[in-house]
Amino acid sequence: MKEVKILGSGCANCKATYKVVEEAAKAQGAQIDLEKVEDLGRIMGYGVMSTPGVVIDGQVVHAGGVPDRKTVEGWFSR
Amino acid sequence: MFETLGDLVVYRLLGIDPASHLGAALHFFVMDTAKIFFMLVIIIYVMGLFRALLSPERVRAYVRGKPTWAARSTAVGLGAVTPFCSCSSVPLFIGFVEAGIPLGVTFSFLIASPMINEVAVVILLGILGWELTLMYVAAGLTVAYVGGVVMERFRPERWVEPYVWQIHMGELKMPEPDTSLAGRHRYAVGEVREILRRLWKWVLLGIGVGALFHGYVPEDWVVKHLGGTENWLAVPGAVLLGIPLYSNATGVIPVAEAMLGKGVAIGTTLAFMMSIAALSLPEMIILRKVILWPGLALYAGVLAIAFILVGYGFNLLA
Repeated sequence: MKEVKILGSGCANCKATYKVVEEAAKAQGAQIDLEKVEDLGRIMGYGVMSTPGVVIDGQVVHAGGVPDRKTVEGWFSR
Repeated sequence: MFETLGDLVVYRLLGIDPASHLGAALHFFVMDTAKIFFMLVIIIYVMGLFRALLSPERVRAYVRGKPTWAARSTAVGLGAVTPFCSCSSVPLFIGFVEAGIPLGVTFSFLIASPMINEVAVVILLGILGWELTLMYVAAGLTVAYVGGVVMERFRPERWVEPYVWQIHMGELKMPEPDTSLAGRHRYAVGEVREILRRLWKWVLLGIGVGALFHGYVPEDWVVKHLGGTENWLAVPGAVLLGIPLYSNATGVIPVAEAMLGKGVAIGTTLAFMMSIAALSLPEMIILRKVILWPGLALYAGVLAIAFILVGYGFNLLA
């Protein structure tokens, strides 16, 4: 099971990112443990300044904007 | 091309009289909507293809540890070319502070970024011509540079929320961006989608306001009250009016176009554009998470005065 975290202060783009990740994982049949991280200290702890960001198993895979669906599906197909 | 489209839709298809207020407003709306969205798609795509992935994280690494003047110039320049979502301004601020970048330099970045962006610049070029575009960019860079210097004089450190100093930032371990042509194409298409999704409402709203202005506001009234240098209240009035209006530089361009077309003085128009793009109330409220009210009031004050000076300056030059 992959541990996925969405980094963001709760703006519209962050919510859109959460949805894209949720849907893409479902479509790929991937089991994920999805969590929203809104605490600034924790977000900055990953070195990310431009939100929304996405962290998979402790590794930042995306930052600054809503990732496109294809890219997100790529994360779960491996 | 866009003029013809406007003629076709409004006068032929809808059969509205070109001499009427409604006709003039609708024509402006149809023409500008087509023109601006056409340009937006092309410009964002091309920029996406060629822009090396300049994230704020990278900007921070560039600016960090440079002498102040060099750091500030870099911050202003990078601020002008890196777009960021306004909800990122708080983490961005903290990230800069944590890297030991002086607060004044951070403010310069925060001013430059919304005020100048590549999309706005290219649309300005397309609609208002290169002279005005150059003036706007030069004025924007100057305000960002000088604004940060002035802020620094007031020792703004005391107005930073205490928790900001305690955050420790991790090193970013991001995978290298895909720089193949296919990868850049995907990135560019994503940019077009995301930026349009974020902007379309504001752009339409801007065109709508511009169209109403174009169609319904009588020209003599405008020239008399907002035209020349006689009415010195016009510039501060434009800046004040811009504060509660939340938009970005792209959305204001059609409004500016209509204002100039009706004879509003150039400095007044520029001051209004800057005020809307860089001095919005929602942005202030977001920044309140990291800066106390006195600091924000100073920030707003410095910007307002700078915009007013820019406005007077250009009105005198014109």
